[in-house]
Amino acid sequence: MYETTTLVQSDIKMNPEPGDTTNSPIPEPQSQDVDIRTVIDELKAAGHAVGKPFLDDPKIRCRDLSVFYDQTKQAIFDASIDIGKNQVVAMIGPSGCGKSTYLRCINRMNDTIPNCKVTGELSLDGEDVYAKDQDPVLLRARVGMVFQKPNPFPKSIYDNVAYGPRLHGLANNRAELDEIVESSLRKAGLFNEVKDRLKSPGTGLSGGQQQRLCIARAMAVSPEVILMDEPTSALDPIATATIEELITELSESYTICIVTHSMQQAARISHRTAYFHMGYLVEVNDTNTVFTNPEHRLTENYITGRFG
Amino acid sequence: MSTTTEKVKAGLAKRYAKEKRFRMFGMASIIISMAMLAILLISIFSSGLPAFQQTYLRLNVNLDAETLGVDNTASQEELRAANYFGVMQNAMNERFPGVTDRRQKKDLRQLVSGNAQYRLQGMVMADPSLIGTKQSIWFLADDDIDTYFKGNIDRTLPEDDRRIKDHQLKWLDDLEASGDVDVRFNTVLFTSGDSREPEQAGILGALLGSFYTMLVTLLLSFPVAVAAAIYLEEFAPKNNWFVDFIEVNINNLAAVPSIVFGLLGLAVFIQFFGVPRSTPLVGGLVLSLMTLPTIIIASRAALKAVPPSIREAALGMGASKVQTVFHHTLPLAMPGILTGTIIGMAQALGETAPLLMIGMIAFIIDVPGGITDPAAVLPVQIYLWSDSPERAFTEKTSAAIIILLFFLILMNILAVLLRKRFERRW
Repeated sequence: MYETTTLVQSDIKMNPEPGDTTNSPIPEPQSQDVDIRTVIDELKAAGHAVGKPFLDDPKIRCRDLSVFYDQTKQAIFDASIDIGKNQVVAMIGPSGCGKSTYLRCINRMNDTIPNCKVTGELSLDGEDVYAKDQDPVLLRARVGMVFQKPNPFPKSIYDNVAYGPRLHGLANNRAELDEIVESSLRKAGLFNEVKDRLKSPGTGLSGGQQQRLCIARAMAVSPEVILMDEPTSALDPIATATIEELITELSESYTICIVTHSMQQAARISHRTAYFHMGYLVEVNDTNTVFTNPEHRLTENYITGRFG
Repeated sequence: MSTTTEKVKAGLAKRYAKEKRFRMFGMASIIISMAMLAILLISIFSSGLPAFQQTYLRLNVNLDAETLGVDNTASQEELRAANYFGVMQNAMNERFPGVTDRRQKKDLRQLVSGNAQYRLQGMVMADPSLIGTKQSIWFLADDDIDTYFKGNIDRTLPEDDRRIKDHQLKWLDDLEASGDVDVRFNTVLFTSGDSREPEQAGILGALLGSFYTMLVTLLLSFPVAVAAAIYLEEFAPKNNWFVDFIEVNINNLAAVPSIVFGLLGLAVFIQFFGVPRSTPLVGGLVLSLMTLPTIIIASRAALKAVPPSIREAALGMGASKVQTVFHHTLPLAMPGILTGTIIGMAQALGETAPLLMIGMIAFIIDVPGGITDPAAVLPVQIYLWSDSPERAFTEKTSAAIIILLFFLILMNILAVLLRKRFERRW
């Protein structure tokens, strides 16, 4: 009994105090790195991300985009990036770095957040997304979105997919609607699994199926761009693999922006990768380059797993 | 064994004892509340159930033209004015010959309810060929007689201490022996309005009054409250001092004593807008004011409980804000909204105080035909009857409470069915 007591005590001693870094076996990531403030000053001075953020004929053109919450809190600082046609662009970075916020700027989902202000330039096919006469409803029909948590409507599978076409009046009759629903479900690779139970509720599907249903729902209105906000973070590896395959297929006809926390996923499916850090767009380049030969120290630290 | 295990073990018994004690408290509270409910129901039903039965007395009535003063060729107007009182008197005298004392003769007439002659009048006017015939008719017994036959008058008491005197008891025994007394289901209770005579008093007027009042309340408060909740929850700017101010005021309104709403209704609806008083319309208006905050608060909670991911999904598909609300948020919140509504409506159904202020306490015999006819409501009817001196009104009061409870259960069942319907649509 006595021995165990000492053991417990010595165990406690093994754990160093939070401030005690002298003989800690775990290297403190911040201490090894350069002071983060200097880096941010550098980023500020640089004005735009390192690597190759710009393209010749972009689908989405974004210059000096800044996002503010509640007037004072700035979530994104002057991000400039081009997204090409039929390209998969992965946004990576630690939590709270602004990558999801950036994604939500593209289809103006940030409009729904009170006191959220967006400045800078963002255009889709040369059309200003934030122009006064730009209708967010029309924009969202062109730019579909898939969310982190599968969020099918609590309706039947059929009604889930048919919701967009019905909303925008895309089908003239029942047969056309059936056609749209079937082709969307096929594109999402879900049709064979659910063809016998289109009338059963979408919420009764498994997580991976639900997420594919959400993708089918987004595709039913034939958008030009699909935004995906960590679409596989709530799924198991097998469902993730299915969705990744699907994204690769879809990239042939759609422009896809995907936010992911999994660097392997970014490496597997994306053509280009953008690295965000604390609201700054740090580096944009071809995925291969980013993962094999990152230009920026922060990117290197992140992809080698030093932090994030 | 480590010290942790030791320490945990030492505390275990205490922990379990605590849990057990808490469970016992819970069980005890449930038992106490169930017992209270049982006592309430038993006392109401035991005193109220006799009111669903009514004593009838059979008399042979000779509708001879001579006593009536009209023959079967007379006009309706003449038939109306005929001497039915005399006919009743003759029938009584015939049944109990030998009663000469004036006071006893009066008692004899009062064996049956005061409306007996009007009953004859109605029969004869509907069918004049009855004149000149002899009819054997069941008449409503007077409330004291009814009370006696239900066993609520003790005949062993000294004569001065009971409502029925010895000579009346003799007649009643005689009637009973010849099979001229019958206790039947009390249809009067469900087919007529209020009356000063307990045996003629019915609940229909109050029942319909409550129904119309609830209808007005529901039609006014439900759409207004749901619209207000949707606006406040989905459209109003957040962190705005004015919206916060409105919120605080809605919450305060829910806590205002109901009689204040009655005074407000009297001052605003009746005095200023000239809405007719004592009507379901003004009652419904006042109760709507009272119900609104309840439904608004419940609806807001229900809307808030809808996961934001559903809103995002709809907005992301390109639905406008209104479409998002009406396609997704509102249907999902509907069960919760209906629960709030039924709570508010149940409260309104049982409300008495504000209705006293707007004249619904008036003694109204007629059954209301619409929302602008003067009417009583069930809780006020209960109050009025409980305040009446006649012994027979005691059981009527309990009967009215039973009917009110059934009305409430009916409303709840309706709400549960609606809820089920909306839940299945998910």
